[in-house]
Amino acid sequence: MKKNWWKFLGAALVFYSVIAGLLNPVPRLDILNESIRNLYFHVPMWFSMIAMLTASFVMSIIYLGNQKKKFDIRATEFTYTGMMLGLFGILTGMIWAQFTWGFFWTNDPKLNGVAIGMLIYAGYYILRQAIEDHEKRARVSAVFNIFAYPIFVVLIFVLPRINDSLHPGNGGNPGFSKYDLDDGMRMVFYPAVLGWILIGTWIATLRTRIKKLELHEELEDE
Amino acid sequence: MRSWKMNRLMTLLISLLITMAASAQDAEMADVMRANGKINVVVAVLATIFIGLIVFLIYLDRRVKKLEKESKG
Repeated sequence: MKKNWWKFLGAALVFYSVIAGLLNPVPRLDILNESIRNLYFHVPMWFSMIAMLTASFVMSIIYLGNQKKKFDIRATEFTYTGMMLGLFGILTGMIWAQFTWGFFWTNDPKLNGVAIGMLIYAGYYILRQAIEDHEKRARVSAVFNIFAYPIFVVLIFVLPRINDSLHPGNGGNPGFSKYDLDDGMRMVFYPAVLGWILIGTWIATLRTRIKKLELHEELEDE
Repeated sequence: MRSWKMNRLMTLLISLLITMAASAQDAEMADVMRANGKINVVVAVLATIFIGLIVFLIYLDRRVKKLEKESKG
C-alpha cells in the first residue's frame, strides 16, 4: 500500500478537478463561454501525453545504454499510453474546436503538427510489429523513438509558435497567463495536469507489468 | 510593518474589485443551471463514472499483483 500512494494522489487530484472544474467560477468570456472549462480536461491530456513520451524517450536512452529488456518494455508502454492520451486530446480538441472555431479540424499548425506527430508514433508501433527478433526490435525502435521525440516537440511546440495559430500562446496570441487562465483556474488546472500525469503513469506501469508477465510465460513455454 | 500589511490588504482588495468588475462582462454563461442546482446532477454523474474507472483500475492492479506473485512462486 505504501508504494501506491501516488496512484491515489493522482486519482484524488483528477477527482478534485472534475468537481471544482465544473463548480468553481471561471472568467466570463465571449465565444468560449462555459466551454472554457474544457481547459481542465482537454489540455491535461496533452500535458500528460508529453510526460509519457518524455518518460519513454528517457527509457529508450537507458535501454541503448545497458540493453536491459525491462527498459525496452517500459519505453514501449509509455509510448502507447502517451498515444492514447494524445488521441483523447485530439478528439476532445475537435469537439471543442467545432463549437468555438466553427470547424472540427482547422488548418491550425498545432493540429496538423500533432497529426503528423501521431503518425510518427504510429510508425513506431508498426516498426515494432514488423521486426521479429526481440533484440533487434528493441534496438531499432529505441533509436526510432529517440529521433521521433525531438521531432514531435518541434512539431507541437516550436512550429505553432512561429506560424499563425488559433491556440493560446501561439502565433502572436497571448499565452494562458494573459487572459484565459486566472488564479482561480490555475488552482484547478495544475492539480488536473499532475493528476492525469500520475494516472497515465499508473496505466503505463500496469501495462509494463502485464507485458513482463506475458514474456515470462513465453519463456516458460519455450 | 503595520503600513506594509495595510498596503498588502489594499492591493488585495483592489485586485479583487478589478477581477469582479472584469467578470461582470455579459458573456452568456450557464447561470440558470447553476442557480437551480442542476449542475450538481452533472457533477454527480461525472464523479460516479470517474470513481468507477478508478475502482476498475485498482481491481486490475490487484489482479496483476496476484499474477506476479504466482509467477514468482
